[in-house]
Amino acid sequence: MTVIGSVIVLSMILLTIIGPWISPHDPTAINVSPPPNPGPPSGAFPLGTNLLGQDMLSRVLCGGSTILQVALFSVLFCFIIGVPIGLLSSYAGGTLDKVFTLVMDSFYAFPGLVLAIAIAAIMGRGVVNMALSIAVVYIPSYFRIVRSQVLTIKELPYTEAAQAAGAGGGTILLRYILPNVLPSIVIVATVNFADAILTAAGLTFVGLGVGIDVPDWGWDLTQGRQLLPSGAWWVITFPGLMIILLALGFTLMGEGLSELLNPKLEQ
Amino acid sequence: MSQSLINVDALTVEYWTRRGKIRAVEDVSFSLDKAETIGIVGESGSGKSTLGLSLINLVPFPGRIIKGKIILKGKEVLKLPKDDMRNLRGKEICYVFQDPMTSLNPVKKLGDHIVELIRTHEPQITKQEALKRAKKLLKDVEIQPDRINDYPHQLSGGMRQRVMIALAIALNPSIVVADEPTTALDVIVQAKILDLLNALRDAYGMALILITHDLSIVLQRSDRIMVMYAGHIVEYAPSIEIYSNPKHPYTQGLLKSIPNIELDDQKLEAISGSPPDLLNLPKGCRFWPRCYCAFEKCKSEVPPLIKTGTEHSTRCFLYEEGRKK
Amino acid sequence: MLPIRRREKKVSQNEILRVEHLKKYFPMEKSFVEKMLTRTRHFVKAVDGVSFSVLKGEIFTLAGESGCGKTTTGKLVAKLIPPTEGKIFFDNVEITTLNHQAVRMFKRKMQIIFQDPYASFNPRMKIGDAVGHPLEIHDIAKGLEKRKKVLEILERVGITPAERFLDLYPHQMSGGQRQRAAMARALILQPKFVVADEPVSMIDVSLRTAIIDLMLNLRRDLELTYLFITHDLAIAKYISDKIAIMYLGKIVELGNKETIFSNPKHPYTQALLSAIPVPIPERIRKNNSRTNSKKNRTHRRGTFRCKHTFRLPLSHKVSIRQKSL
Repeated sequence: MTVIGSVIVLSMILLTIIGPWISPHDPTAINVSPPPNPGPPSGAFPLGTNLLGQDMLSRVLCGGSTILQVALFSVLFCFIIGVPIGLLSSYAGGTLDKVFTLVMDSFYAFPGLVLAIAIAAIMGRGVVNMALSIAVVYIPSYFRIVRSQVLTIKELPYTEAAQAAGAGGGTILLRYILPNVLPSIVIVATVNFADAILTAAGLTFVGLGVGIDVPDWGWDLTQGRQLLPSGAWWVITFPGLMIILLALGFTLMGEGLSELLNPKLEQ
Repeated sequence: MSQSLINVDALTVEYWTRRGKIRAVEDVSFSLDKAETIGIVGESGSGKSTLGLSLINLVPFPGRIIKGKIILKGKEVLKLPKDDMRNLRGKEICYVFQDPMTSLNPVKKLGDHIVELIRTHEPQITKQEALKRAKKLLKDVEIQPDRINDYPHQLSGGMRQRVMIALAIALNPSIVVADEPTTALDVIVQAKILDLLNALRDAYGMALILITHDLSIVLQRSDRIMVMYAGHIVEYAPSIEIYSNPKHPYTQGLLKSIPNIELDDQKLEAISGSPPDLLNLPKGCRFWPRCYCAFEKCKSEVPPLIKTGTEHSTRCFLYEEGRKK
Repeated sequence: MLPIRRREKKVSQNEILRVEHLKKYFPMEKSFVEKMLTRTRHFVKAVDGVSFSVLKGEIFTLAGESGCGKTTTGKLVAKLIPPTEGKIFFDNVEITTLNHQAVRMFKRKMQIIFQDPYASFNPRMKIGDAVGHPLEIHDIAKGLEKRKKVLEILERVGITPAERFLDLYPHQMSGGQRQRAAMARALILQPKFVVADEPVSMIDVSLRTAIIDLMLNLRRDLELTYLFITHDLAIAKYISDKIAIMYLGKIVELGNKETIFSNPKHPYTQALLSAIPVPIPERIRKNNSRTNSKKNRTHRRGTFRCKHTFRLPLSHKVSIRQKSL
């Protein structure tokens, strides 16, 4: 499973890199095809054109980069913020831990997309802002996973052995706890990726994504939805498929990874 | 020649894992009569637990029984359809699992555990009848019958193990297989449980299969002992024989390494080497790397089980026909 | 109370560890409602007033069943957890409360070996790094010198060829090897005192003797003193000089090995001893009328739980046999 997932993900990443070179038309150029637009898939435009006359194939080939960037940044933010807080809070315990848990739990209670929309609406457009708003939704999950792992590992004999040898808290966290928590974090990260992609698409869908001048699958979804009643099914379908595929790729990777990493420990 | 209760013939079980095939049990044969106790002794990797599970055809994935026969009261266990097998389990042959902490359903009362078991196998019994039998069973295992409405977490480890035994004997099975029935328990409770099993055996005529790593327990309480190493039977004899006349070097080594509390100033000896790596078994006799008297033949051929006494067999070339010691 | 008071007055040069009225109470979690409604706090009295002393070079065993407080006592002595009450003296210096620096220095003199050889190692750290880590923590050696010391200690505990094991991970070693590595890690700081918490109970029977013998040899070669914690009285008999039997957080009997086993006074000790499996088949035991008294005690198994046993004043129990002190 991991293999299939990784293949999908890697080919997508590759696509975003080489996309601009292999796309037959400039994805932002409008009215590339003569009206009436949107035009159905045809010889010249295999995936059809959208309302503005932009070539769908080019847009599909180039539209992934925004989403991927957003997903990547959001996972990065989660890691940088969520993991250290989780480690420190659960290792220290006491009131600090209770406070953080309370804060994280309250964030957790929000439906993800709603929270992301709220934050994005406040912060405005742009890749980084989108990434941040998605990250905020996800940090509680990282916190929770890290915390539950740390609480378990804290009680294990090898942590006690380190304490018995005289190791201080910092050493224990860095060399004994973190390496053992990482596998679970990696798994959360892959699921996070998948969900971030969908959320990013969702944000663009409601108009909180990047501008129109950048080709973006999410944006195509928005447009495509409006065009659907008039019968132009291709505008929403192809970008939609790409989004699903990418999310699927990450999910498969995560599932496969979790299978790989866990039974080995059991053995 | 008495009618054996259970007869196992050339049983071989493998686990097909990602890292390769593991032969957990190879060529195991034995038989058991009524009211007999047999102790299956072995350390990690010996295959004893797998053997126990094979007897009720519950070897977990990725294990498969690839050879051999198990005949229980005339029926061939391994060829039975699933439903028949399920009927057999609990009624004719019962398994007491190792860990009492996790083998009971935490949201079911004790009484419910027992009553459900009885009514599944004997659907014509009324709830009252089943309840009465449940209470009697609890009394048999020395738990106060009025605790019938308790939940597992309200009991201690020893009591939970006793409930497991009550469940095992509820339907008067002919055979009870107890897998490490005492490892998770304290010594005093352990002794009580073993006494209980013996008393039940005497009262109901059950045959008992004790699977354990603790040689002391089986020496003390079983009629016959089967010593296993890396999936093979290495010695099979009455316990008195094993104690006074151990033939296989592994058995001898084990006997010399267990401390006897009734002796003063014991000199214990260790068995050199490490337990077998089942993915990397040595060629020939699986014990030879740790044997004090391995010779060339041991390193290349697997010794067969050789008869070394009236009821005594040993898997060792030392006892080959015509070999002078 | 006389024996204890006398000891306080003379400072024994030979005494390396002294524990006085040590207590460790764990507060029990109360439900929200209970917290609101009641002010009384309930405690689990894991260790409830334990006093003993250990002489240099001695092997002092804390024996008892699970829950008796022996492991907690060991952790208190090794300063892994703080006591609720009581005093601990190490090398005639009170160590009950120490500042951060002093605790670090103390850890170089007293080390601990844990029960589970697998869980006591970080699964993501190579053995060489794990064993050498204490040297880093205490800034004793780095790089090549650290490697040299690690190789030395590994050879010393019987892990040879040591180079091969430096880069292995815990799951690539057998239980016996891991426990040896655990000893290496404990000994690399050259401590004088080692707390061994059930060091062999999770190791295969055939390997136990080797580990125990190793511990005895190391005591002789490195002039160590051990606080040995176990539930297995047979092993306790083999290895100890003095034994303290614990029950429900208190020491119920204390004395040197010979007297505890030949003439146990406390009913709990007697019950414990009679419950231990002896590796001899019943029939042979019945013929040897060597230890009749022990056999007849079997009926006592249930009686030790009578309430008055643990209301006996501690002095009463401790004063039983102090000849050697």
